[in-house]
This record gives sequence, C-alpha cells and structure tokens, in this order.
Amino acid sequence: MGALTELTIAEARDGLAKGTFSARELAEAHIRAVEAARPLNALITETPERAREMAEASDARRKRGDAGLMEGIPIAVKDLFCTAGVLATAGSHILDGFKPAYESTVTAQLWQAGAVMLGKANMDEFAMGSSNMTSYYGAAENPWRRQGGGDNRPLVPGGSSGGSAALVAARAALGAIGTDTGGSIRQPASFCGVVGLKPTYGRCSRWGIVAFASSLDQAGPMTRTVRDAAIMLRAMAGHDPGDSTSAPVDVPDYEAALTGDVRGLKIGIPKEYRVDGMPAEIEELWRRGMDWLEAAGAEAVEVSLPHTRYALPTYYIIAPAEASSNLARYDGVRYGLRVEGKTPEEMYETTRAEGFGAEVKRRVLIGTYVLSAGYYDAYYLKAQKVRSLIAQDFKDAFESVDLVLTPTAPSAAFPVGEKMDDPIAMYLNDVFTVPASLAGLPGISVPAGLSADGLPLGLQIIGRAFDEETVLRVADVLEKAAGFDARPQFIAGV
Amino acid sequence: MALDKATVAHIAILARIKATDQELDHLVGELSKILAWVEQLGEVDTENVAPMTGVAGMKLPRRQDVVTERESVDTVLANAPASARGFFSVPKVLE
Repeated sequence: MGALTELTIAEARDGLAKGTFSARELAEAHIRAVEAARPLNALITETPERAREMAEASDARRKRGDAGLMEGIPIAVKDLFCTAGVLATAGSHILDGFKPAYESTVTAQLWQAGAVMLGKANMDEFAMGSSNMTSYYGAAENPWRRQGGGDNRPLVPGGSSGGSAALVAARAALGAIGTDTGGSIRQPASFCGVVGLKPTYGRCSRWGIVAFASSLDQAGPMTRTVRDAAIMLRAMAGHDPGDSTSAPVDVPDYEAALTGDVRGLKIGIPKEYRVDGMPAEIEELWRRGMDWLEAAGAEAVEVSLPHTRYALPTYYIIAPAEASSNLARYDGVRYGLRVEGKTPEEMYETTRAEGFGAEVKRRVLIGTYVLSAGYYDAYYLKAQKVRSLIAQDFKDAFESVDLVLTPTAPSAAFPVGEKMDDPIAMYLNDVFTVPASLAGLPGISVPAGLSADGLPLGLQIIGRAFDEETVLRVADVLEKAAGFDARPQFIAGV
Repeated sequence: MALDKATVAHIAILARIKATDQELDHLVGELSKILAWVEQLGEVDTENVAPMTGVAGMKLPRRQDVVTERESVDTVLANAPASARGFFSVPKVLE
C-alpha cells in the first residue's frame, strides 16, 4: 500500500472500515504532511493535538460500530468557519485573538460525521479576493509551478479559499471545506487542480460562518475527486433552523447519484462565455469537455445567457453593499482588535483603519457609497434588478438544457504579486463563476487538463437549484473522461 | 461617476474608517475607477423588472419567540478587548 496521504476520501473510508489502518495512523500521516506543507503558508492555525484527540475518538466510535459518513477523515477548514475554542481569523487583523465560543453548523455536522480537523486554512481577508494575497497572514502558495524552463515564480493558489485548495492539491489533507461567494471555491480548485463544489444557495447552513455577502455565501467541499466531493457534501448539507435561508429540503445520497450514465442529458454551452482575450487553450479545453460528454451520450446545445457580461459589475455592487453592512460589527468592542481612542468614534475609526486591509476597505467604502442616501436607487436597486435578469437567463436556459458547461476561470494560476495594483483585473478572475453565484445555483469545478506551461485548468458545470446530484453525476463522467492525473511539483505527504 | 475627495472623506466617515489625506487621494482614483466600471449597468433595460431580494424563493420561516441559549456573561465577554463588571467597556462618552 502506498502513502496514506495519497488516498482519496473514498479509499481512506474503505481502508478504515477494513481495519487496514486506524484513524490515528491516518491523522499522524497528515499531521506530518501539514508540517511539511509549511512552505506553502496554507494554514493559519495547525491543530495537531485536536486532530489526535478526534482521531482517537473516531477509532473508539468505529470499535463500537458507530461510524459516520466521514469517520476518521482528516480535513482542513477554511478560517472563515467558527470552530469552538480554536482561533478564527477570517484572514484579517481585525479578528486578532478571536476564539469563538461556538461551532459553525457545517463543521459541527462534519465532526458529528466523524471528520478530523487538521487546522484552519489561509484565505483572502474576509473571503475578498481571488489570489489569497489579501490575507493578513501572508499569501498562500500554489503547490504547482510552471514548467518548461521559463518563468518559475511562485504562483497564487487562487482565492479566496486558496489555503484549502493548496492543502488538498499538495496531499496535506484528504479534503477541505471552503466557502464561495463569487467563485471562491471553484476558481482556487481550478488553479490547484482539485475538485471544488459550490452547492445551491441554501443547501448548507451559513450559521457560524463569518459573513461576507449573506445573499451569496455558501460552504462547499474541496477534494481530489468528484466522488469525495459527493461524500463530503452529504455530511455538510441540510436544513438548519439557525440559518433562515437554509432550505428545508432532504439531503440525498450524492454518492449514489454517480451512476456514470449521462445519456440523453442536454448540456448547454453558453455563447456569451466566449469572452474576448480568452486563451485559445482554455477555449480548446472547453471544446474537449463538450466532446467528452457527447461521447458519453449527452448532447451539447448552444444556449444564450444574454446578461452574462453584466454579472461582474452587478456582483461588485451587491457583494460590497452586503459586506459593508456585515462588517459594521468589527468595531473593537466585543472581539478582536481594539485600537484605543479618546472617544468611541475615534476608537471605531482607528480600529477599523488598522484592522482592515486595502481590499476590504475598498469594498466597505464602495458598499457604503452604493447604499447611501441618493445613490441607493442608482446603484444598489439597479444591481438587484439586473440580478433578477441574470437569474432569469438561467431559468430560461434550463427550460431546454439540464446543465451548463463552461470554463471555470479565464486563465491558469498567475504569479504571486501580480494584479494587486489593479482591482478590476483581479475581479475578472471570477467572470465565469459569478453568474451562477448571483442566481444561487450549484456549480462544480473539475480539473480537466493542463495549460501549455503545465498548470491545471478546470471546467465548470452549473446545474439547476438543488440538483447537485445531476451536477455531480456529469462531473464524475467528465473527470473520468479527462483522466487528469498530473501532480503538483510540491507534494507534502510521503 | 468620478468621486471627489470630499465625497470619499464623507463615505469614510460613514464607514467609520479613518483615512489619512494621502490615503484619500489614492482612494479617490481607485473608487472612481470601480464605479465607472459598474456604471455599465446603466445600459440594461430594467423597466418593469423586480429587484431580486431573495435567492432560493423561499418564504421566510417563522419560529416561536423563545430563548434557545442561555450563555453565561463570561462566555459573551470572553473575547472582549476590554470589559468591566459584566459589561463591554468603551471610552468615556460623557464627561
């Protein structure tokens, strides 16, 4: 048998069930891998002691015949989730020292299902970014490097769930949880060559997740295979009275949906996603994706999503507006950083000036502006109306197709340090992921090929609301057809 | 719309983020550029389009108005940068 860190979640589950190895052994292998992965700066907090305790408890439960869906599986948790008694930073200085007294619903469900926590993963500050470079704790690094002897600078893992993606790719965790507001699971999954699933808005509870944009935020799994994403999602999903937007709908057995049969499904190819300046190799990969699905018996159909080009500007009004409201709570009074002032106002202003990074300030200020008297109708209300049109585009398309296939991102990973002086260039990373976010639809990124210089590229499948089963079924077929078996240059597990 | 420095200074006050003169100068350019970019939404005809205010199309659920958690004062104050006698403490408001 090879290294325990090379296993998929499904394989680890089977090995644990057979008693080939224990949860404790699996945890120890990953604790060593997490230490070896330190050069990637992918974790903000390592929790090896907690991992050992949880693994021992897992072995004990298994002995009693009481194994859950994720029993003994070591995972990393994006540092946006509140984890009782463990530092939760959201990648921000302003949450210095914050140890939540409570556990998020999604993490509580995962621990209930038997999962083991390796640590809290690095991320863009308050999930605002597409590179992991806005983290107060420094940029996380992509385990992949360009090949071919040219530019070999360290690359970003994407963002905002960059640490989560890097850890899974580098074999330092069997899976990780991320959150996705406009692409924050799917884009880093594409950049790091892993699977990333953003479920339907309402599928997973948002309770205990540090809020960025409440009408968009959604938790999801990041794994090395589609099957693993199906296993994890089942443990994460479900109705929670603690989140009034969490949907009271049953959670299916997603793994059972992976039948390999996509015959007769209609796959929409949105013509508006052929954007100017898209690299030919991504267009080519997209074409191959269609061919693979057609070869498996699905039918590719051109569809139109006419308001696609307005999705990004809509997002950059709505998300900052919600963020400016959500982030009002960071005032130096109840938790985190406080910079003293002579008056409460001075304390708020200096605490927030010091505690927030440049991108967070930009978004809070934009959000404050578009919500302010006299500008609300022109910006915020207008954006909400365009959001309706974008959601309607998808509804119309799903009248004639079952799914939509697109590239995940308009490029492969870029070097650390690039695009930081041009916010709009950075925002364009999410051009293909934001529309589904605005419509609240499920989307998955599947690693499908390599760029000319050897970097992973993902394809995205978008489905109907609450139809993650079809999304996963087609993703599984796409994954098998693509046969993506390339490995990053940096592997932490041995 | 290009923002002027006075407007940006006013937004910074509304957002309770202290900004130096130099930072304001920088923000004027950055925020104006972002606003100019989002203003392309003006091209979209939204006459008779209702704003999207919910995502899943669900009715807001109701629940009984009851206490579900009784946390101790200590738990609530555990992360406070400053507290006194069971309260969060802040700089003096009244002399």
